[in-house]
Amino acid sequence: MRPQINVRSALLGILMFTAIWQVLAWVVRQPILPGPLVVVPIFFQSIFGVLGIHFLASTARVVAAILIAVLAAVPIGLILGQMPKLDRIMAPLIAITYPIPKIVLLPVIYIFMGITDISKIFLIALIIFFQILVVVRDEAANLHPELILSVRSLGAGRRALFRYVYLPASLPAVVTALRLSVGTAIAVLFIAEQSLTSYGLGYYIVVETYQVLQYPQMYAGILAMSLLGLLLYFCISSLESRLCKYQKG
Amino acid sequence: MGMIDIQNIHFAYANGPPIFDDFSWRIARGDAWAVIGPSGCGKTSLLYLLAGLYIPQKGQIQIENKPVTAPRPRSGLVLQDHGLLPWATVYQNARLGLTVRGFYGSDGRHAPIDEELTMPEADQRVQYWLEKLSIQQLRSQYPSQLSRGQRQRTAIARTLAMQPDLLMLDEPFSALDAPTRQDLQKLILNLGEDGKLTIIIVTHDIEVAVTMGRRILALNLNGNRHARIIENSDA
Repeated sequence: MRPQINVRSALLGILMFTAIWQVLAWVVRQPILPGPLVVVPIFFQSIFGVLGIHFLASTARVVAAILIAVLAAVPIGLILGQMPKLDRIMAPLIAITYPIPKIVLLPVIYIFMGITDISKIFLIALIIFFQILVVVRDEAANLHPELILSVRSLGAGRRALFRYVYLPASLPAVVTALRLSVGTAIAVLFIAEQSLTSYGLGYYIVVETYQVLQYPQMYAGILAMSLLGLLLYFCISSLESRLCKYQKG
Repeated sequence: MGMIDIQNIHFAYANGPPIFDDFSWRIARGDAWAVIGPSGCGKTSLLYLLAGLYIPQKGQIQIENKPVTAPRPRSGLVLQDHGLLPWATVYQNARLGLTVRGFYGSDGRHAPIDEELTMPEADQRVQYWLEKLSIQQLRSQYPSQLSRGQRQRTAIARTLAMQPDLLMLDEPFSALDAPTRQDLQKLILNLGEDGKLTIIIVTHDIEVAVTMGRRILALNLNGNRHARIIENSDA
């Protein structure tokens, strides 16, 4: 079941989280766990400066990856869903490659594509691609045949069926798949940004702050990355609510 | 519209026995037919064949002396499960046929070559049929929020907005309450009164067949080589 989250419950959650964090900081009393009263002012100071630049770099990478994954996976998934013969040929390959944790391909991607923004974006896109491909294919394949016949009887050929049936039918599933993979995407982004880059929250957290023992700044970076995940989740979740309101009959 | 001429068709589903084996049938313009028969006799398949959604393995179906090889722009089909898009509102569903026509333009294949509607004209037509079928107040609702009768009327509005000259309905009155059924029956009978609309209704209900069909085609489970035709001029 999708956890219900709105602005009110998010604020309440943030308040509870902050309270627990502060209590833990008081209990631990070590520089490695500064409390929110120390970190939050640093966060707000730096988010409009250096931290903000890293935040934007990470956001750009993950949004680019999402767009690439959606633009690639949706048409392929729709084609596979509409063409059972082709799907039968491709199904074993997809079944084998789908469960592979794509993060293990990072060295291979770096070898072929270099350690660049493109390779980082490609890896994240690859992970999201598979999630979306499978749900779109399944959604297209499971459409009621009578629905297709009914719309064909209105004069719809393949193009109109794609535009008015298959694409809108699969959009909710795409958004759900995105919501479920955004956490993994951010995690992979974090790992990918630790190598040979000067921008990004992963770089900021591990290289620019953790490795030089700047713990409050490190926690500010972690806050920023958490905020990125939360914002993405919120946006996708509200898009999902809009697209799925017809299901609340 | 001229005659519908089904000529010696043979049709079977994959690995199944023939539903139609050397079956022939002629329908004159303006006729009102009811098609009855036991489950599995081919009533719905016959509609799919007439609508150009299925193609017979042998023989031919002609409408206005043209072979039916694909859905014909002026043929209208209302299926038993309505075929409404779950993610579209009543209005969007009722407009779907005209939207698809607009998507292709008047190419004679997906849309009639002699009809070029502007968007306001299309909207007007849809609005007319929503009002005629008493569902205009539901225009912003989704199919999941409607009763079966309301979904049925939405599907009928969608088909009628396209101004078909051949109207085919698969079990249009099943699971409707008596007042709704009577209203719909009256509406459909009125549509066919001027002789310009040919109507074919598939039903398992003898009463509906007798009410709606001036002629009744009784299908059977033996390939329908000799399907019975019953004249019912009192309808």
